[in-house]
Amino acid sequence: MNQAQNFLKGILKENPVLILILGTCPTLAVTSSAQNGLGMGLAATFVLLCSNAVIAAIKDLVPDKVRIPIYIVVIAAFVTIVDLVMAAYTPALHKTLGIFIPLIVVNCIILGRAEAFAARNDVLSSVVDGAGMGVGFTLALTVLGAIREALGSGAVFGQKFLAGDGILLFVLPPGAFICFAFMIAAVNALNRAMAAKGKR
Amino acid sequence: MAKLASTFFNMFLSLLVVSSLSAGALGFVYSVTRSTIETSKLKEKADSLRAVLPDFDNDPLSEKIELNVEGERLLVYSAKKAGQDVGLAVETRTLKGYAGEIVLLAGLLPDGKIVNVVVLGHKETPGLGAKIDPAQSPFLKQFQGRNFLSTVPRVRKDGGDVDAITAATVSSRAVCDAIQKAYAVFKGEERPDGTTRATPRRKWGAQ
Repeated sequence: MNQAQNFLKGILKENPVLILILGTCPTLAVTSSAQNGLGMGLAATFVLLCSNAVIAAIKDLVPDKVRIPIYIVVIAAFVTIVDLVMAAYTPALHKTLGIFIPLIVVNCIILGRAEAFAARNDVLSSVVDGAGMGVGFTLALTVLGAIREALGSGAVFGQKFLAGDGILLFVLPPGAFICFAFMIAAVNALNRAMAAKGKR
Repeated sequence: MAKLASTFFNMFLSLLVVSSLSAGALGFVYSVTRSTIETSKLKEKADSLRAVLPDFDNDPLSEKIELNVEGERLLVYSAKKAGQDVGLAVETRTLKGYAGEIVLLAGLLPDGKIVNVVVLGHKETPGLGAKIDPAQSPFLKQFQGRNFLSTVPRVRKDGGDVDAITAATVSSRAVCDAIQKAYAVFKGEERPDGTTRATPRRKWGAQ
């Protein structure tokens, strides 16, 4: 598998949110607007890139029995760095994402990639894998956020295009589940169509 | 390079090294971002104060007082212009909302009239209780120019004259509760049960 395929698999074929169904807690909780989805996606992508790189670099120095605690310490350190940097330079976004930034630590995508990919591959492939997974996560969250914001408040990225309130259901948790299900179905259909064509 | 064997010593050493390096990195980032975080917090506070108070020329942030009202810590900022008291901002909070704490900043004129109220923090339901945020609905604006010195802020359902947010009566009641606490501070009154120890330097309501 070359690096381009390695990167692209995170976006459609192995999209962490829509195919692997990992990290659904932040996915459903923060996507009440497109901007929140994008912010969460970028923060998680940064953590994923750094943790994948570091874990791939130190994988031979980590005794098997304590690998999970060590991965968690590395991930938690990067998450805290993101938390502090966001509080300092993007206070408004930091306020809306609130508790979900510290919770990136327990986002299964990050530990999942560390365990399934970074611990078995070299640094470069792991960074590319992290970038692909991060972009896939960010795209899924931003699109989900945009759909919910458009239906729920008649706006996208805070730009109102409809007067009035929109369908409240889509801002609330049930709307997240409904949109999420439709997106999973759409991506599955797309993947199946591509497989039928015999490409990738 | 072969993987390190899981001996006690190796496990101890690798965890120690990784934890120490992480702690060092965090300490470094913390020391770099600390002043920026504090500045942005202060700036946010100063912007809110300017939004709820009339024009002032002192630094209310450096003249804040901390008071205990009904077991909660409330912060009080007094605004002066040319040495004259022009207003008082109370950072008031309540746990009576639908989810978590609601923190408001209420600015009052010396005669008890509300200049403006802003939301400093809340965790109300998006689309319902979150409408206490003035960016989302005109609910909070109705308090501008009101004076609850002799009456108590209550929603219509409870016999008052505050228009509650549709489907968010609990959040609306909580805002009323927080504003009432701000007035308790303002009056510096002693409650019958003695829970209020709000004693500003002088009684603001008694002018």
